[in-house]
Amino acid sequence: MDKNFKLSNAIAHLILIIGVIIITFPMYFGFVASTQSVEAILHGNSGILPGNYFVENYLEIFSPNKNILPGISIWHLLFNSLFVTLLITFGKTAISIISAYAIVYFKFPFRNTAFALIFLTLMLPVEVRIVPTFQMASNLNLLDSYQGLSVPLIASATATFLFRQFFMSIPDELCEAARIDGAGPVRFFWDTILPLSKTSIAALFVILFIYGWNQYLWPLLITTKQSMSTIIIAVTQMITSDGKTPWHLVMGVAFIAMIPPVLVVILMQKWFVKGLIDSEK
Amino acid sequence: MEKRAVFDSKIIPYLFLAPQIIVSAVFFFWPALLAIWQSFLKEDAFGLSTEFVWFDNYKAIFHDSNYLSSIFITIIFSLSVTLICLVSALILAGLINKIRLGKIIYQTLIICPYAVAPAIAGVLWFFLFSPSIGHIAHLMTNAGLNWDPNLNENHALILIILASSWKQISYNFLFYLASLQAIPKSLIEAAAIDGANSFRRFTDIIIPLISPTTFFLFIMNLIYTFFDTFGIIYTTTQGGPGYSTTNLVYKVYVDGIVNLNLGGSAAQSVILMVFVSFITILHFRFVEKKVHY
Repeated sequence: MDKNFKLSNAIAHLILIIGVIIITFPMYFGFVASTQSVEAILHGNSGILPGNYFVENYLEIFSPNKNILPGISIWHLLFNSLFVTLLITFGKTAISIISAYAIVYFKFPFRNTAFALIFLTLMLPVEVRIVPTFQMASNLNLLDSYQGLSVPLIASATATFLFRQFFMSIPDELCEAARIDGAGPVRFFWDTILPLSKTSIAALFVILFIYGWNQYLWPLLITTKQSMSTIIIAVTQMITSDGKTPWHLVMGVAFIAMIPPVLVVILMQKWFVKGLIDSEK
Repeated sequence: MEKRAVFDSKIIPYLFLAPQIIVSAVFFFWPALLAIWQSFLKEDAFGLSTEFVWFDNYKAIFHDSNYLSSIFITIIFSLSVTLICLVSALILAGLINKIRLGKIIYQTLIICPYAVAPAIAGVLWFFLFSPSIGHIAHLMTNAGLNWDPNLNENHALILIILASSWKQISYNFLFYLASLQAIPKSLIEAAAIDGANSFRRFTDIIIPLISPTTFFLFIMNLIYTFFDTFGIIYTTTQGGPGYSTTNLVYKVYVDGIVNLNLGGSAAQSVILMVFVSFITILHFRFVEKKVHY
């Protein structure tokens, strides 16, 4: 029995190790390529171990004097990505938490209508209404602006549902006590609900950060100026069809673009899992 | 479920709802209505003249062999990715649930692809499978396989299936892990005492208990392959060669943004909206019926 258990345990580890190698190899090889010379990559001699060009390549990428795309440095791209991601993350959290609060803690005409409308947005991902949403943003002069990159993405039902579900689990006594103490709805929200929601907000933050950072289709449509580009867009624009793609730099920038969301997931793993599983329920 | 204690206010709930409703109205509902309206119009590429053409756009797309092929490709693509993700994620989650040592290390590495942008995932896979410079492509060429996703339609489809599966395994893995951890240990032990071997325990106890999760993941994977794989397709195959890797969302983009066929693209958008509504309702009816996963 014990011997059997040991054997099956060893097999489990073996399969897991193989699985993990398969899962991590695209990222690993991306990194390996970023430490090679472009000639080695183009000749297919890049090998499976990191090369000698790590310092040289990354100095070139991070050098403030050199632009990775015409007219734009990596610092500018990282700033754009981070700024837009934070706008999306905070905007989405803020509008979702207050709308969930309104739906749970008030009785008013059209409450169900409002809830149904929010529910409807679930059925309208940006991908299915590409052209008219783009036209709308263009009519509002939002092309090539930080508002244009973020505001159309900050309304969504899932965050509202998450907060609604959490508020439903808060005991009624808390609200009653607050009312006896003379607290109004805004005070109750600020002093009680918001502090209680910290956990949900942290969990949601991780999910939304990844969502915002990784956006592709929308920034691709709404930016025409290189200076408004995000780092994800920039990586794909560095690839050209004329065979002159600087692959060592593309892989370096791709690797850098992966770091913030991967880091957020690894460091906040507990919250990430909670956020993912709560928000999909 | 209703709250007993609620506030009375004539203005505050509307003020609190306003930002979400306004943003939704401007960027969700109005564009959606516009899509429906545009789907009945024929507009020339410069937007100089428009004509109301009833269902002509819909008729046209269903006579467009590229559209019909994109339906077919979407189905193959979605089902392949879903199958690969469900099976491999279940295996990984089952194994992690079994071992004691190193759980957190395996788990951390397995969930990393979730955090990678689809477009970046596309770039990585494009690079690895690029016939002239990619490691994997070289291995396959050395093995005598004439690998070229730029020319061979099947190779291109395999490439987007693999890249898309790679990104989605993490998601399935976490839900399976949560669902496996929720199975009471006593149930498995009782079955073991009754003499059920691990295979029987898996097929007769675990599989039925995780079937709600499987159904949930099936729906979520469909939504993922339909709507979230644009970045992967754009960076690996650009829908080609020909239209061999153009799925429905990619077709909306190509017709609307690249070919400026606004009416046709809008009609496709409307069809997709009907599809998402159907899936969303199915999902919610299911979730409301049973919530314990």
